[in-house]
Amino acid sequence: MAMIDRYTRRRIQNGIFVGLTTLATAVAVAALVMILYSLVSQGFGGLNAAVFTMDQPPPEMEGGLRNAIWGSLELCALAMVISIIVGILAGTWLAEYGEGSKLASVVRFLNDVLLSAPSILVGLFVYEIAVRPFGGFSALAGALALAFLATPVVTRTTEDILRLQSNQLREAGMALGAGKGYVIRAIIWRASRPGLVTGALLGFARISGETAPLLFTALGNPNLSFSLKEPIGSLPAVIFQFALSAYDDWRRLAWVGALLIAFTVLSANIIGRALSRRSHNS
Amino acid sequence: MANAMTAATPSAPQGNLRSAGAGDTLFKGLCFSAAMLLMLTLVGLIVSLVIGGWPAISHFGFKFLTSSAWDPVTDEYGAAGPVVGTLVTAFMAMVMALPLAFGIAVFLVEFCPKRIANWVSTAVELLAGIPSIVYGMWGLFVLAPWFAEHVQMPIIMNLDPESFWGKVLYGVPNGANIFTASLILAVMVLPYIATVLRELLLTVPPHVREAAYGMGCTPFEVVRAIMLPTVGRSAIGAVMLGLGRALGETMAVTFIIGNSHAFPDSLFASGSTIASTIANEFTEATGELHISALIALGLVLFAITFTTLAAARLLIGREQH
Repeated sequence: MAMIDRYTRRRIQNGIFVGLTTLATAVAVAALVMILYSLVSQGFGGLNAAVFTMDQPPPEMEGGLRNAIWGSLELCALAMVISIIVGILAGTWLAEYGEGSKLASVVRFLNDVLLSAPSILVGLFVYEIAVRPFGGFSALAGALALAFLATPVVTRTTEDILRLQSNQLREAGMALGAGKGYVIRAIIWRASRPGLVTGALLGFARISGETAPLLFTALGNPNLSFSLKEPIGSLPAVIFQFALSAYDDWRRLAWVGALLIAFTVLSANIIGRALSRRSHNS
Repeated sequence: MANAMTAATPSAPQGNLRSAGAGDTLFKGLCFSAAMLLMLTLVGLIVSLVIGGWPAISHFGFKFLTSSAWDPVTDEYGAAGPVVGTLVTAFMAMVMALPLAFGIAVFLVEFCPKRIANWVSTAVELLAGIPSIVYGMWGLFVLAPWFAEHVQMPIIMNLDPESFWGKVLYGVPNGANIFTASLILAVMVLPYIATVLRELLLTVPPHVREAAYGMGCTPFEVVRAIMLPTVGRSAIGAVMLGLGRALGETMAVTFIIGNSHAFPDSLFASGSTIASTIANEFTEATGELHISALIALGLVLFAITFTTLAAARLLIGREQH
């Protein structure tokens, strides 16, 4: 009798546990669905040609987000060029040259700190080194701030993916008489290409929705601008300004902007993950 | 890995080969400089925060941390309000996120049907991909009004404002307060903690788990008696990692916390965090001391997050780096 009781109790206990973990997962999935639903239901209606062809409007006027979209593209492109170059080289050093050394573990640790450092602090840092000394906000400063945020992501992914390559590849290359640097560039990098692309995509996903570091580096610009020395508009900054305003038109545009950004970031994430899954499997 | 490699490569003749000449040295140098550049970035970050914040720190001294006066008109700045706001919201977010994250990790490792496992884990990870500003908008326009109508209003109608709970739950019914900010933060850090916890649970050797199952343990008992003790310390690291995120989160909090510098006196009171204060005031600050005080706030935030993250890395351990 007592045996059965204990058995039943354990089964009930386990049933409750399974139920609670399922519930927790359901809550997370529900949160994602609810946020995506709000984005689509509030933002999709406002999506029209004017969004892409007109600049941001004064209150209660017709307008779009053209200046912000181009500004975001320019900032992200510039930041990505910097962080892909620096990130891949630094990741290569960590995986191939620094392996096992004390210095490498320090760099790895600091990179991890940068990876999760509050982005607003990076904004303050860039303000101190690239805005204050040159007497003004600029697109270049904004791109620099974003580059500081994307580089650790690229570095980390590069290191991880290079470590996955088998030593036989390296040894085979060296046995043919190639130097270490040549082996890395011609064999290891080539074999890791999907992983390197993943790193870049995840870096892009990290920065394309960033707002805080742009507020006091790129500032914002209501007109279309491509100059590196002038302040430049960006989608996140415009969303911030418009969403907190009292004008319905501005808020509607903020939702459209949020929809655009969220889907860009989510697609970059999904493609990046799909690529890395494929390269891990092969 | 590299030891095996260097052992396999006779180093002496390498230098004589054409392919291993100046180009390789240059390439190695480039890689090395890139890695050093990363290190310099962090050092530069700290140095610039110290230099920028120094006027405020030397002007107010230790009072900067203890005073809660924040008034640009009289040039009085004390960090206590935002610092407490930061710690309280991050802590509440963790209290809410941790049980959920643990549940998700266990569900994905133990119970999730294989067919949908990939979908579910992708969905959870995508929560981490949603930009902070989108969380902020959702919080401000969807969560806050709902919260004001369905939680705050009934409380105000039914609770005696003089009672203990009446005081703890007192607040302007607009849904923009410390509690809703923590709620949003909890959703934001959830995927980070869940992902790390899941990876940790997967490192438990299969034969140990299977041995427990073979003895007739229920999944609950396996998780409690085998998996949790195995990941133990590292799990605390995962929590600290999430905490680090929550402490520095800016935009979402700025939207929904209500932005008041007063010392928060109830759960539903509006407040501010370090990050939200900087985001709100930095571009509008004109006085040198005001700017410096904001940068000094940033330095405080850096000190808090750095400590948390460093602890997280140490606890999670080497293999996870």
